[in-house]
Amino acid sequence: MPEPLLDVRDLRVSFRTRTGTVTAVDGLSFAVPPGEILGVVGESGSGKSVSMLAVLRLITNPNVLVSGEVLFRGRDLLALPADEMRAVRGREIAMVFQDPMTALTPVYTVGWQIAEQIRAHERVSRKAAHARAVELLSDVGIPDAASRVNAYPHEFSGGMRQRAVIAIALSCDPALLIADEPTTALDVTVQAQILDLMRELNARGSAVVLITHDMGVVSQIADRVLVMYGGRAAEEGPRRAVFHGPRHPYTWGLLDSVPRVGGPRLRRLPTIAGVPVSPGSLPEGCAFAPRCRLRHERCDERPELSAGPGAGAHRDACWLPADHRAALRLTTRTATAGAKDLDAEAAS
Amino acid sequence: MLHFALKRFASALLVMFAISVLVFLIFFATPGVDPAARIAGRNADPATLAQVRHSFGLDRPMPVRYLLMMRHLLVDRDLESFVNRGSRVIPQIVQATPVTLSLVVGAAVIWMVAGILMGTAAAALRGRAADPLIMLVGVVGVSLPAYWLGEVVNLVTQKQLHGSLFSWVPPPGYVGLAHPGQWALHMLFPWLTLALLYAGIYARLLRGEVVTALGEDYVRTARAKGLSERRILVRHALRCSLIPIVSLFGLDFGALVGGAALLTEVVFGLPGIGKLTYDALQNLDLPVIMGTVLYAAFFVVLANALVDILYARLDPRARHA
Repeated sequence: MPEPLLDVRDLRVSFRTRTGTVTAVDGLSFAVPPGEILGVVGESGSGKSVSMLAVLRLITNPNVLVSGEVLFRGRDLLALPADEMRAVRGREIAMVFQDPMTALTPVYTVGWQIAEQIRAHERVSRKAAHARAVELLSDVGIPDAASRVNAYPHEFSGGMRQRAVIAIALSCDPALLIADEPTTALDVTVQAQILDLMRELNARGSAVVLITHDMGVVSQIADRVLVMYGGRAAEEGPRRAVFHGPRHPYTWGLLDSVPRVGGPRLRRLPTIAGVPVSPGSLPEGCAFAPRCRLRHERCDERPELSAGPGAGAHRDACWLPADHRAALRLTTRTATAGAKDLDAEAAS
Repeated sequence: MLHFALKRFASALLVMFAISVLVFLIFFATPGVDPAARIAGRNADPATLAQVRHSFGLDRPMPVRYLLMMRHLLVDRDLESFVNRGSRVIPQIVQATPVTLSLVVGAAVIWMVAGILMGTAAAALRGRAADPLIMLVGVVGVSLPAYWLGEVVNLVTQKQLHGSLFSWVPPPGYVGLAHPGQWALHMLFPWLTLALLYAGIYARLLRGEVVTALGEDYVRTARAKGLSERRILVRHALRCSLIPIVSLFGLDFGALVGGAALLTEVVFGLPGIGKLTYDALQNLDLPVIMGTVLYAAFFVVLANALVDILYARLDPRARHA
């Protein structure tokens, strides 16, 4: 692996609340090499968004504690003075958020908001910035950009707004783009277009961290996948390895719950039993243990990310014997199906 | 934008007309009151009475009566007060208007500047000691009634400390704009007194708006763009928070110019519209009341029309609504 662009080490984010400290991200480590697309997946509340917000220091709540190291090009972002951090935000690391409907300031034109970003980081004239804004809008696929640049956000559709937000993010050619569920609020055809846009950006040399809970999106675009559960990394590896030989029971559950186009029709889509772990009550051991069908005594101890046999880049945090994972996965699947059938019979 | 402004003014005119009809109906179409007898004055002989009745069209149908009344009030301007015979309504209002406008415009400038500064500062410093302190000042301002505060100010500046600290304060009253220095000096304490109340209200309101705006997604976007905290606060959060403040300002400003600054005017001996209305009400001086009500309605409606247009400038979403 080349020298990583972003190297996050032992990141912890906790919230002070009335009822005690709630840990949203618990010792997360990952790295993004230049030019790679990393897909970060997990259920709601698994700490995906919070960890990325912490990377950019966008959590302003004084009751939030962030610790660990976030090395970007060798500099620790968490220790950077505020004005140097500002120079990193937007210029070197850009971020796109989930809901394009509220992500733009309603009282300024789209072009103004793109130009504002350019002028925050580069000494260019208003006119030049405006011209760049037109160019960027047409790059992200907005027709008639020269006139749409003067439109207000409310005059744009959801997909167009997300394009505009992406245009802002791209305006300074960032080395890293963090996209926090950029397609969740959009309909499927628009989703595909936005993903194409990410791919194009990646082809121009930017690394991308794509946060999503949609396994389909990850399988289309990511080079590497990080599966998160309960604020920790459950599994991490190249996309092929994770999709074709998933090792962590949580990943099995995620993949099995995706409806399939081919094959026999399932009576019921498999789900992961139980509810996602609450960040307020993370278990001492494996966070997924309470929902895992294969838990045993060792799961009371916290597993670390470790590579399986002969797979250096594919790591997982699970105590199950490394070499029998595929077989174990089959047993859980039949067990789940059997239980579901029994449920269905009992109900009928 | 121009289309919007024209439309807004047309509807303002309509509202003005409706108010004038309403005022006319309440005062001059009330059964059991003979306006002719009141206009002609006490002990008028039947010939005069008949002449008044004819001149004001009191023997004619209601719409004609309305038109004649408006003509006497606004075109001929010869409608006289019931109480002070010989003093006409319109000149009285024209005389009182600059006094009230001086008071309210000056106070409005002060309270908007102070309110916006205090509200924004409190929102930006929330979680620190300065925030509740600023808000406390705001509450004190809101809780002090203008008549009491005005009396205290007068007591201090005119009597207690007039010999030493406040020897430069002129006696209460109004000096025209012909002497700008004296005008400002005479208005200074009335301005501050009136502004204190509104500055408190606006600061509290704006703080809430800015705090809400700072939690919005677009502020997070702005932060992710690498903008400075100051720019995020002023250009994004404050800019969006001003929209509701402006509509409130329109209502307050219109009402104050229309006579709601009465207490301040009375305390500081300013012969403004509020004072005029108050005196007319005490004597049931119907023509003056009608005149001042129409005047007040005019300013309330005008202020609201201006605010709506300003609102559309501030909020692009309102332009097509």
